[in-house]
Amino acid sequence: MQQTRSIEMGTGLFVLLGMGALFFLTTQITGSNDFSGAKTYKVTAEFDNIGSLKIRAPVSISGVTIGRVKSVSFDKEKLKAIVILEIDSQYDQIPDDSDAAILTSGLLGSQYIGLQAGGSLDSLVDGSEIYYVQDAIVIENLISKYLFSQGSKDKED
Amino acid sequence: MLKDLYRTFLEFLRTFGALQLFFLRLIAYSPAVLVRRFGLVVVQVFNAGALSLVIIMTCGFFVGGVLGLQGYSNLAKFNAEDSVGAFAALSLLKELGPVITALLFAGRAGTALASEIGLMRATEQLSAMEMMAVDPLRRVLVPRFLGAVISMPMLTAIFCVLGLLGAHLVAVDMLGVDSGAFWQQMRSSVESSDVWEGIIKSVVFGIAASLFAVWEGYNAIPTAEGVGRATTRTVVITAVSVLVLDFMITAVAI
Repeated sequence: MQQTRSIEMGTGLFVLLGMGALFFLTTQITGSNDFSGAKTYKVTAEFDNIGSLKIRAPVSISGVTIGRVKSVSFDKEKLKAIVILEIDSQYDQIPDDSDAAILTSGLLGSQYIGLQAGGSLDSLVDGSEIYYVQDAIVIENLISKYLFSQGSKDKED
Repeated sequence: MLKDLYRTFLEFLRTFGALQLFFLRLIAYSPAVLVRRFGLVVVQVFNAGALSLVIIMTCGFFVGGVLGLQGYSNLAKFNAEDSVGAFAALSLLKELGPVITALLFAGRAGTALASEIGLMRATEQLSAMEMMAVDPLRRVLVPRFLGAVISMPMLTAIFCVLGLLGAHLVAVDMLGVDSGAFWQQMRSSVESSDVWEGIIKSVVFGIAASLFAVWEGYNAIPTAEGVGRATTRTVVITAVSVLVLDFMITAVAI
């Protein structure tokens, strides 16, 4: 009897440890599903070039993450990329003339959307569009701009 | 010579098929055993899982520590030592956790299972059960198989958590990486799909490891030498198949 008791206790301890470890791994280490349960509202923005922006990329204002990129699609009529942002409902007082820029975190980091608050008294609501946008910076374009400007400078000399 | 090769091939095919049928029978009996003989399964979870805890925890801790050291010294060349948390977490969750746990598990629990069942075969306990109309598959093999399969994912999770602890200890407390950066980099790069990949791998490896252990023990030649050979074969087959399966699952997941 004593032996069954100790076996049962050892098994219980083991299963408890295992469950605890699984719980720790699924909740503490992953940081991606921050907004899955919370209420959100959707805002669209049109970009000429989104670079390598991915679905679920963070949307941040003043460096604080307030939402995620919900979807990225291409509009055939306007020939532009349509990005739908999902913003946490508790941040519902963002001016509707705020501008959205596609930025890069760190030198080689992933891209995210940075909002810059505007001065309007009206706020963004579900379904509204951000008109002031800034495209992703494509490094090849920068280099070619630099090279061309160098070339024209040489001619002037 | 060709005829020998042909015969070996046929023999391999026969063993392979028998293994599949054996596996199907184990699976078919599993639900009934789980419900009616739950006590037997609990004892086997203790034998396979709880008794492997010490070796799994120790190894996990040191593997994590090595990841911390290696990750730090290599990432520091690019001034990216903050990413050591993400590096350690991803390597542990996706590859090292499931694979090393499965290999240790084969060495600790798989050999114990194979030699126990092989010895039962050698001392004719299995035949005695059959004489008493007790199906050894249901009474002996299925509870051991289930106990091992249940234990593997938990051992893997414990291995990963201890590994992270080791990596944290080495990187943050010994080498001076900022603790906040360690966790923040880890959280921003690990997604729940990575955790699931590791769990799925550990379940598959657990099934493979316990299947081979039970199979080799059950089919051991009933001599002292035969039991020893069955134990050896368990470790070898499990190690090879775990690494092959790992490649296959990773290829599918990516």
